[in-house]
Amino acid sequence: MSLLSVRDLTVKFAMRDETVTALNGISFDVAKGERLGIVGESGAGKSITGFSLMNLISRPGYVDRGEILLDGEDVVKMSDKRLRELRGDKMSMIFQDPMVTLNPVLTIGQQMVETLLAHRKLSREEARQISIVKLREVYIPSPEERLDQYPHELSGGMRQRIIIAIALLLDPQLIIADEPTTALDVTIQADIMELLLELCQSNKVGLILITHDLGVVSQMTERTLVMYAGRIIEAGRTREIINDPQHPYTQGLINALPQQTLPGHKLRQIPGNMPSLTNIPPGCPFNPRCEFATDLCRTHIPEIARYGDVEVACHEVARLQAGGDRQEQSA
Amino acid sequence: MFAYLVKRVFQAIAVMFVISLIAFAIQGNLGDPLRELVGQSVSEEVRQQLRDELGLNDSFMVQYLRFAGNALQGDLGTSYFFKEPALDVILKKLPATLELVLGATVIIIGLSVPLGVFTAIKPDAFLSRIIMGLSIIGISVPVFLTAILMIFVFSVEYGWFPSFGRGDVVQVWGYWETNFATFDGWMHIILPSIALASIMLPLFVRLIRAEMMEVLQSEYVKYAVAKGIKPRRIYFVHALKNTLLPVITVGGVQIGTMVAYTILTETVFQWPGMGFMFLEAVNRVDTPLIVAYLIVVGFIFVVTNTIVDLIYGLVNPTVNLARMGA
Amino acid sequence: MSTETLSPSTEPSRWSKILNSNLGYSFRRNPVAMVSMIIFLLIAGAAILSPLIAPYDPYDPAQIDIMNSEYPPVWIDGALPQFVFGTDDQGRDLWSTILYGTRLSLLIGVCAVALQAFLGISIGLIAGYIGGRLDNLLMRMADIQLSFSTLMVAIIFLAVTQAMFGSEMFNRYAVFFLIAVIGVAEWPQYARTVRATVLAEKKKEYVDSARVLGFGPGRIMVRHILPNSLSPIFVISTVQVANAIISEASLSFLGLGMPPSQPSLGSLISSGFDYIFSGSWWITVIPGVVLVVLVLVINLLGDWMRDVLNPKLYKG
Repeated sequence: MSLLSVRDLTVKFAMRDETVTALNGISFDVAKGERLGIVGESGAGKSITGFSLMNLISRPGYVDRGEILLDGEDVVKMSDKRLRELRGDKMSMIFQDPMVTLNPVLTIGQQMVETLLAHRKLSREEARQISIVKLREVYIPSPEERLDQYPHELSGGMRQRIIIAIALLLDPQLIIADEPTTALDVTIQADIMELLLELCQSNKVGLILITHDLGVVSQMTERTLVMYAGRIIEAGRTREIINDPQHPYTQGLINALPQQTLPGHKLRQIPGNMPSLTNIPPGCPFNPRCEFATDLCRTHIPEIARYGDVEVACHEVARLQAGGDRQEQSA
Repeated sequence: MFAYLVKRVFQAIAVMFVISLIAFAIQGNLGDPLRELVGQSVSEEVRQQLRDELGLNDSFMVQYLRFAGNALQGDLGTSYFFKEPALDVILKKLPATLELVLGATVIIIGLSVPLGVFTAIKPDAFLSRIIMGLSIIGISVPVFLTAILMIFVFSVEYGWFPSFGRGDVVQVWGYWETNFATFDGWMHIILPSIALASIMLPLFVRLIRAEMMEVLQSEYVKYAVAKGIKPRRIYFVHALKNTLLPVITVGGVQIGTMVAYTILTETVFQWPGMGFMFLEAVNRVDTPLIVAYLIVVGFIFVVTNTIVDLIYGLVNPTVNLARMGA
Repeated sequence: MSTETLSPSTEPSRWSKILNSNLGYSFRRNPVAMVSMIIFLLIAGAAILSPLIAPYDPYDPAQIDIMNSEYPPVWIDGALPQFVFGTDDQGRDLWSTILYGTRLSLLIGVCAVALQAFLGISIGLIAGYIGGRLDNLLMRMADIQLSFSTLMVAIIFLAVTQAMFGSEMFNRYAVFFLIAVIGVAEWPQYARTVRATVLAEKKKEYVDSARVLGFGPGRIMVRHILPNSLSPIFVISTVQVANAIISEASLSFLGLGMPPSQPSLGSLISSGFDYIFSGSWWITVIPGVVLVVLVLVINLLGDWMRDVLNPKLYKG
């Protein structure tokens, strides 16, 4: 049985004039110790997916339907008390910007110890010792001193290491990392990712890595979901998605990578922008930007379907898979 | 820390200097000290001689330095009306005002934090709506009107509380007589304290609520939830501490307003404090007393502001006191 | 979450956008705002039209008879039918006096805020646009000015002025003194907010393009930057009018404002205070209620406007 199983998850935001659907019936699984990447442009619903797994969507957002099963328990229907037990313990989260994640008026030690004490019956001193061990694991120099420092006394990279240490504090089964390096200097981004990968592998922790960076996904994860306008449009083994993308959007993303372009040539970009959630076009949400779009794409939303090892939501892929000549006959 | 302290003290001295200049300018232009001394039936010659003796013909600088020198030694002139050193007159009135301010401060701090936090945590609760409704009425009623209406209802109509004065006070030390030692003293200070707190309390409830609601939206509060921390700890450890930092700053700014409100409250309740005395001094054109009041109030204001700044620096870890001094 | 904002980004607004349908829509849906507006318009209208509405002229000694003093309102025994709200200690019709007093209170409040706004907006625009040392100096001044409470500054200024000129002279020009002192003391509220908007807008492209097109700084500030400060200015102004009316009433109560011969609501309350103990509560309570209702509806309108326009106000 998989560790996490998301079925038909739909998240909506009740705005003043209308209700906006931010996640539209997404389903996926994460096995124990598996590393899953979720990629997409900003606004695609990646972060909302991450937060809803912890049931951290707050007003005006709400889970409209679907279930999130963690070891068979539905996070959506869980009591506040049970949620509190799970959060930070069985699954933990790494937030995007380490500069604003830690509470500025509490010391690193206070913020680590409180997490341990919230979940385990320990003395303060024991909790402190565990914190020191975890800080060592993320290569924080002289951890004893760091415990009594305030966040503002530490660099962004240092803070994100501490946040990773807090995420690992209670030996969780799943870590959700929401763009953990975008707010950091380019030079330390790779270090942090490497650390995260190393720790997940050595502790056999499942990881959901939310990012817009396909390069990172290819190094870090075993499986990948590609999201667009609140839907999963392609899912499968990371290597296959990178090497042989099926959905025109995924193809566009990969072609836009600088490595895919010969020196001296222009970067290939996907024309246009992702639609805002208040204004999603009818049919396939990608159709206005898609070079293969047909009338069918403009009127009917493609269902996600499995073709061999990958799942894709695209009429064109479906047509090609079913035999290319059918459309000509019907036309 | 030390450098910061020095810098703040230096600033305080600079503000005191400006206040003393204003006070001196008022002294020089308000009333005629000669008339107070000798009346009007004195020849011009004698007047000139007196002016020389009193140093009134010296240059501005010389006169100011003499004024400032005397002020530093605690000599702020002699009240025309009381025929006593002005500073003594004020120091005798000071404890009454301070006790009134203390009473109001206890009410404000004691109620604004729980009410502000509650309305921020449960913004849609029935009780929150009532508190917010009352708070907007509270900030719409001027302090003096609250005081008058309270006297009308609780003193005139029901006779539960006395309407004026301090009642039975007990001498504690020096000029300090306290209201808090007798039942009668307590009865006398309750209405004035509530009146003085009446505008500030709703103001702080609204401020704490607004700040708290903003903090509750912050990433670090969301992160604390994601760590599985209990709501009570999130509200009172994670959020409240961050909420109170801006509140302390605003509190410092409000000290001046509080002093102004003591004048209003003391006038309505005929509370024998500095504010009431100040208005009497204005009506009597008792210039030395007016000037002394200015300087004493300015001094209290500067000292409390400096203390508030220092407290802020101590409470807020992101303020590096050592660096701010540089 | 921060990368995924759901609300569309706002574009630079113009004068017209302030009064867009959003404001009107929310107004129609908010009963508190509507009732407040109606009450405010009623009070303001009655105050402006007081010479036409009021049955007596409280400034005309010929219409005042001391023998009529302290008659209660008509719903209490012993009242005279021609004095609806009774009479005050000098025998003036309280209803007429309240109408004239409300007019004075509103006039002083609005004029003082207009002065604050004029000073504050000009200084804020200059400080924000020019920046550098001048900006530093002006904002330091604003800090110091704010930390001295307005009421305290006003009390001292008016007390000294009164002592210097004598009460007769002071009373004649009391309106101007009040407007001046309340107006000058509160400019930093506006200056800080306007300056913050200027700093934010200055970086935007349309200001650059206006500059490239050769518009002078004056035109850029008034035509392009100022409209973006309008919603915070609106919100501040309502609260400030309420505060100015309270300040005026407080000063008049202390005898440092309008004299009893030309009473504002504050001086009316003040003159009635002495009679509370003898049972003539209406001289104080009725003008007090009018004052509270007036300030309350303005505050409620300000609250509603802040919720709708949601401007970034300068804190602290």
